[in-house]
Amino acid sequence: MRYSLTTLLGQALMGNRGWRQAWRRPDPKPDYDVVIVGGGGHGLATAYYLAKEHGLSRVAVLEKGWIGNGNVGRNTTIIRSNYLLPGNTPFYEWSLKLWEGLEQDINYNAMVSQRGVLNLYHSDGQRDAYARRGNAMRMFGVDSDLLDREQVRAMVPYLDFDNARFPIQGGLIQRRGGTVRHDAVAWGYARAADQRGVDIIENCEVTGIDVIDGRAVGVMTTRGPIKAKKIGLAAAGNSSRVAAMAGLRLPIESHVLQAFVSEGVKPLIDNVVTFGAGHFYISQSDKGGLVFGGDIDGYNSYAWRGNLPMVEDVAECGMALMPMLGRLRMLRSWGGLMDMSMDGSPIIDRTPVDGLYLNAGWCYGGFKATPASGWCFAHTIARNEPHAFNAAMRLDRFASGRLIDEKGAGAQPNLH
Amino acid sequence: MRIPCCYCGARGHEEFTYLGDATLARPSTEIGAPADDATAAAWHDYVYVRDNPSGRHRELWQHTGGCRAWLVVTRDTRTHEIHGVEAARDVALAREATHE
Repeated sequence: MRYSLTTLLGQALMGNRGWRQAWRRPDPKPDYDVVIVGGGGHGLATAYYLAKEHGLSRVAVLEKGWIGNGNVGRNTTIIRSNYLLPGNTPFYEWSLKLWEGLEQDINYNAMVSQRGVLNLYHSDGQRDAYARRGNAMRMFGVDSDLLDREQVRAMVPYLDFDNARFPIQGGLIQRRGGTVRHDAVAWGYARAADQRGVDIIENCEVTGIDVIDGRAVGVMTTRGPIKAKKIGLAAAGNSSRVAAMAGLRLPIESHVLQAFVSEGVKPLIDNVVTFGAGHFYISQSDKGGLVFGGDIDGYNSYAWRGNLPMVEDVAECGMALMPMLGRLRMLRSWGGLMDMSMDGSPIIDRTPVDGLYLNAGWCYGGFKATPASGWCFAHTIARNEPHAFNAAMRLDRFASGRLIDEKGAGAQPNLH
Repeated sequence: MRIPCCYCGARGHEEFTYLGDATLARPSTEIGAPADDATAAAWHDYVYVRDNPSGRHRELWQHTGGCRAWLVVTRDTRTHEIHGVEAARDVALAREATHE
């Protein structure tokens, strides 16, 4: 069923009784051309672009839970491409371009809203760093504007500009950045991939990877063995566990990141604002809740929940930026597993095992990358070589020294 | 999450600084150690590669907001339950003793 205004009106007149399931629920077939391990945003996008760009339809996505359960449904929904380093900027800009055309492409309302992402600076040194970042972005054709204090005040007058310790001096804005309805991304990609013949198999956990003579030939799952000519791993926080099934050890630690939603209020914040003196970012969902988050908790975790000190830290950052937040109640908080890589940048590459491909190391920035990650991973799997966009995101860069360290924090995952 | 420091007793984890996997062994830095591919691979693994287990994890924490001692904490990464705390010094001495 194609979604359009006509379908919507037709269904409204018929009491909305004719809507059909958005994707099939197939049983796994014994073999596929490509099996994607992990039915999150990146895995679904990969399957979709394998079918659309490379004509592969004998593709299965294996998901241990259900579609939308993982990080794709647990993030703060921000999209942007304000990166500094040449290995990153073209990739994230391609992602933003794919976001801009996504809804027409997959015929699904993902509520892509280019409301602008404003990064605040609070010191002269930080202003210089943001000027440099903005210039680096412009060199790659990405939009960016450096705003002074009064320009920022005109946009977001309710911030604490005269904070005694962290006065706001201005900001770097990417107006094409914004937010996307995260669940709709998962559902939209699942539906679009399914329509192109991809089997989306939920409640199917991969328990082993069959490697014969250095070549991956299939997976063991809780729903039986499945053979595959090629296998792509897109397991986010569980990447190390899945890769270990093929005998690989990764430059990744799994950490927990918490995010928060306040009670719903009338329209208040009409863009994304990030605090420059601490790790804090905030936007408002269309439902009215303020969606915000901060740093990872900082220790290895597979617990899907964090601890209270980080809740306190996020609340303090929020209060330093926007004192009116103190009148709001925090409605919900949750944790997701972050595949923190050793240089803070992702990996989309082949592995030492033939026929096995890796998409991992997204740290806490994977959501914005969803379309380009799927697009590049599909290219890497189908052609057995990376695209120019992900050419720097190699698994062996840690051995060769070609790191992509945006923060310059070194091999300490909890600092990225 | 509270960490029972060997010296100070149970304290909130915000008093501690996390470093990571305590089972990694630093490759030899002795003068005259061969600068070959095996040494490079050992350093690569030491600096960048992690087991990243789901379950019990031996990890280094420093009690920066207290006695400043380095600790080896055995913690379940699935539940954040702490199964044991040792002084990192004792662990290092024991490791040295078994290697000699």
